Amino acid sequence: MKRRWWLALALPLAVVLAAAGAVVALNHLDEMPLSPDTAGRRAASAEQVAHGAYLARAGHCAGCHSARGGAPFAGGTAIATPFGTVYAPNLTPDPKTGLGSWSEDAFWRALHNGRSADGRLLAPACPYPNFTQVTRDDVRDLFAYLGSLAPVAQPNRPHALRFPYSTQAALAVWRALYFRPTTAARPPGRSALWDRGAYLVGGLGHCSACHGTRNAWGATDGALDLRGGAIPMQGWVAPALNDVDQAGVADWPLEQVVALLKTGRNDRASASGPMAMVVARSTQYLDDPDLLAIATFLKALPQGEVLPPAAEPSAAGARLYERHCVACHGESGEGAPGAVPALAGNRAITLASPDNVINLVLGGGFAPATAGNPRPYGMPPFATVLSDEEIAAVVSYLRGSWGHRAAPVTALDVNRQRGR
Amino acid sequence: MKHLAIIAGLFAAAAAAAPKVDDTMAQRVLACTACHGKEGRAASDGFYPRIAGKPAGYLYNQLVAFREGRRHYAPMTTLLDPLDDAYLREIAEHFAAIELPYAKPQPGNAPAEGLARGRTLVLEGDAARRVPACVACHGAALTGVQPALPGLLGLPRDYINAQLGAWRSGQRHAKAPDCMADVAQALAPQDIAAISSWLAAQPVPGKPATALPAKMPLDCGGVAP
Repeated sequence: MKRRWWLALALPLAVVLAAAGAVVALNHLDEMPLSPDTAGRRAASAEQVAHGAYLARAGHCAGCHSARGGAPFAGGTAIATPFGTVYAPNLTPDPKTGLGSWSEDAFWRALHNGRSADGRLLAPACPYPNFTQVTRDDVRDLFAYLGSLAPVAQPNRPHALRFPYSTQAALAVWRALYFRPTTAARPPGRSALWDRGAYLVGGLGHCSACHGTRNAWGATDGALDLRGGAIPMQGWVAPALNDVDQAGVADWPLEQVVALLKTGRNDRASASGPMAMVVARSTQYLDDPDLLAIATFLKALPQGEVLPPAAEPSAAGARLYERHCVACHGESGEGAPGAVPALAGNRAITLASPDNVINLVLGGGFAPATAGNPRPYGMPPFATVLSDEEIAAVVSYLRGSWGHRAAPVTALDVNRQRGR
Repeated sequence: MKHLAIIAGLFAAAAAAAPKVDDTMAQRVLACTACHGKEGRAASDGFYPRIAGKPAGYLYNQLVAFREGRRHYAPMTTLLDPLDDAYLREIAEHFAAIELPYAKPQPGNAPAEGLARGRTLVLEGDAARRVPACVACHGAALTGVQPALPGLLGLPRDYINAQLGAWRSGQRHAKAPDCMADVAQALAPQDIAAISSWLAAQPVPGKPATALPAKMPLDCGGVAP
């Protein structure tokens, strides 16, 4: 009897200890001890610095690490997540507040293992589940570039995550479940072009951070999860890249994919919302071989399941379309080549979630200014011109016209986006 | 003949259906004029200011300030975010080059002593508060000075109040040294009301001046070359 009581206690205890041991072990996978000469910053060549600058663009590091109006890479940007707010840290080589006292090994460990120089686990708002794929040479050059910047003394702001997400223990469990350091995430046996594309998309490009499908704990199904989803806290949807009814490019010519990433527009589409910023600040600077590699990879993505056709098209809103939209977008939604996107057949309109098209009607927007499209046309905002009901009507009209069969939207859908 | 008519009819239909999108700046900046009025002549509600004919350097500074967070209005920031400096400069120059007549000032109901106080502050400043005269920087005729100093006439009273208030509360910034923040903080609230009432009651006598007759009394980051 006494013995059973002992067993009843020991078994769960053993399970808990084993689980904790597994979490700790998984959190140290593939981790090298930092070399003792951590202060040693290796001399970098001008080529390494220039290549690092290119990689920083490819990774759009400044998108989070440069605050609006602040010094580049000095951090401070607030990034809202469903678990609280994180603040991007200072990456300039200031010894006290930036990376000035970091070694290259420590920087590698941060990107590859998601562990800071002081040993703390990093919040995965910094997409190290993607960056873990980046090669040691690329990390070295990136570090050389950051080390070449002017140091900016700007103290980091502590994250404001809610309990228990603020704890290292919660982070360790999350990582044990959803993060494995690896530089070999891509299947072998594909062409060098495809592999380079997968490396850029899944690694520095961290496309899955927006285009992946996040679960309740904010994790995607890996660095090449491009099944689409809501961008947390931003009110925009990143459409699936493996579905030609969303943003998939399986049926696009390669050069059209390259053109969109390089200039912000092509014959079929125009980058808008958060993607306009990605093109403006990141992809327009990629060289043609890398863009071709990305296009090759994206074109070859295995296609996801096709969604069943949605509800009946709505006829409401035709009058509003005639009054406010037809002058630029045309009677048949044909747009004007090179200037105004066509609406007929435009997949941004027929996504299951109407959030993006509602945002575009509310706020308008310019295509990104790029070297290939330096003087983009701007769509006027209608937030102050049309009511929620009117925008719902005109968006429903767009979603039900010209062969579109997407479900109509309600004034409540519009109001929710207006509040963001 | 009948066939010809049908073909002509088809062409007419096609012409009517095809949207007319000109390769012009006016067409490109419809996103701006939707709120700022046709050709940037201001909206009738007094909230969206006139941008037509303002000095190009001033307009450019404001566009950059909205993009970089020194001025705060979310719809402006959203629109300007994906645009680069070169294009913002071109947009600024487009609106700066538009010459349009100004509407007559709207009749105000400010008390006479307030207007007199406003006139004094604008034309002479207040040495005790270390407030320079507006005319010392914004031009003797208050029509602004090329390339970066805006005119102060032809603006609704509410708009002037809002801008001075925003500077006073730290909502609006110019590049450091932010001289207008110093001026706005030195002004008492009733001074701001007096200045805006008087300015809004004046007709616009002409275009921005080409140069200032004397050195500006303040150091202003926004006008540095």
